[in-house]
Amino acid sequence: MSEIRESEVLDALSGVRDPELDEPITTLGFVSHVERDEGTVRLRLRLPTYFCSPNFAYIMAEDAKRALISLPRVERVEVVLEEFHVAQEISRGVERDEGFDRAMASFSDETTGEDLDAVRETFRKKAFVRRQEILCRTLLSRGTSPRELAHMRLGDVPPCPELEVYLERRRELGFDLSPSSPLLLSASGDPVPEEAVVEHLRKARLTRISLESNGALCSDLLQARYGRKEKSSA
Amino acid sequence: MYEKDGEKYFVVDGHVHFWDGSPQNWRNVHGQQFIECFHDYQTALSPEEYKWPIEEFYKYSEERILHDLFEVGYDDKAIFQPTYLTDFYKNGFNTTEQDGVLAEKYPDRFIVNGAFDPRDGEEGLRELERLAERYNLKGVKLYTAEWKGRSKGWSLKDDWAKRYLEKCVELGIKNIHVHKGPTIRPLNRDAFDVADVDDVASEFTDLNFIVEHVGLPRLEDFCWIGTQEPNVYGGLAVAIPFIHTRPRYFAQIIGELLYWLGEDRITFGSDYAIWQPKWLIEEFVDFQIPEDMQGEYGTLTPEIKKKILGLNLAGLYGIEVPEELKLKGAHSGTGPVGSDAEPVAP
Repeated sequence: MSEIRESEVLDALSGVRDPELDEPITTLGFVSHVERDEGTVRLRLRLPTYFCSPNFAYIMAEDAKRALISLPRVERVEVVLEEFHVAQEISRGVERDEGFDRAMASFSDETTGEDLDAVRETFRKKAFVRRQEILCRTLLSRGTSPRELAHMRLGDVPPCPELEVYLERRRELGFDLSPSSPLLLSASGDPVPEEAVVEHLRKARLTRISLESNGALCSDLLQARYGRKEKSSA
Repeated sequence: MYEKDGEKYFVVDGHVHFWDGSPQNWRNVHGQQFIECFHDYQTALSPEEYKWPIEEFYKYSEERILHDLFEVGYDDKAIFQPTYLTDFYKNGFNTTEQDGVLAEKYPDRFIVNGAFDPRDGEEGLRELERLAERYNLKGVKLYTAEWKGRSKGWSLKDDWAKRYLEKCVELGIKNIHVHKGPTIRPLNRDAFDVADVDDVASEFTDLNFIVEHVGLPRLEDFCWIGTQEPNVYGGLAVAIPFIHTRPRYFAQIIGELLYWLGEDRITFGSDYAIWQPKWLIEEFVDFQIPEDMQGEYGTLTPEIKKKILGLNLAGLYGIEVPEELKLKGAHSGTGPVGSDAEPVAP
């Protein structure tokens, strides 16, 4: 039986994002170590601070496990969080596929029984809004007017990397991807009327700035915490 | 007071601490990690010459805080914001009493805020009364992420929290500083959600809610609340140090705050000893929105900077501002006004 290749593992992990920052955990430097042993992959994640929010940490750990277990030849995945206040709870919960609420039961009584579906959805929407804003910004800088944006269809957008990522985020939310569907959609998937476009983009810009400022802070903190290494050392 | 290019700035530092994060005071590993996180913030976002070794950062002297804030730091007044964290620190991390020692010794320099935890019930209400009487409280600092046994936090929406806010109204405690930063509760929702501020700001219109760290990491949610609630303010601690390492991010953050909240509802805070007011104030006064971004955000005038650095908080706390440091012929920052920034296409 052939070995699991490191490049396969990293490829799979590059599809796992920090839900809050909308960036892959591999480029954020959160993957500190990958070990392959027969059919087992052991993964160590490190986060910018000891007190990062447990729900986001759980989402990343769970998504990483799902991405790796779907690879051929991978039979078992272990995810460990380094120097983290609920590292044990999360590792054990992901190991047993318990879901966040059960994993946290020994830590506190304060989960609400909704698990993480709502929080995942909220941050998928924010990521979608951010990517839409980045695409629109590109189009505006090339001379498209806000009024033209209001009437653009997906099929009218010239191919560019920003469009690809936008479509990917749009797909995650199950919104229409056909060339005749409107380019601009609200976070809940509704078309944006022409008179609301400027306000819509203004709010979208704020969402982008918020996410990107968090990303900047996390990256600075990670560097302060672990020193020099910018990129994942995996 | 800070003077530059003929302009004089009255400085109210709205967020300072006199903490004890030393190993002797750690109750457990969380106490160690908490102070180490603070130290990472300093390391990540300070100019080289303002970074302290961790041993100095654990605990610092009265001489040092006086020197950093008032002798070299330009602060005219500094407001202590306590953070108890008694599940992490044996004597608490930074309590009203700890800060109060300095506040009582140097009443012209410091204002000390109180704190409450609604999980303390009736007894906590009496304690709040006692603190209010002893320190003549004008404000409280709330840390909703504080652990207490099995509970990992609380919400401003809780019934008991509202009873405490009613008590604040009764005691004349007008300024409610809410920390929205490293936060645990509610575990499986967005742990940094600022919606609870929205809820109580609409209900308690006599109180001012100063959201510390301008809602980072929820700047957008915070700004949207700010447009709806005139009694919501943004404290710049943690956001303002971006000015040094990432000035373009800072320009965006301050530009958005000016657009959504306006210049009368943004307040300065160094978060000392994480950061020192000296360089923050110097760099802020020198700061301008980069030219290529001015189409989106306009420019920062000395008048806007004066409000943010001190006049806005002076208004909230009733601090007397020397005549020569007031704005000429204008109101001194008590109440929202619209922003001058152009509502142009992004």
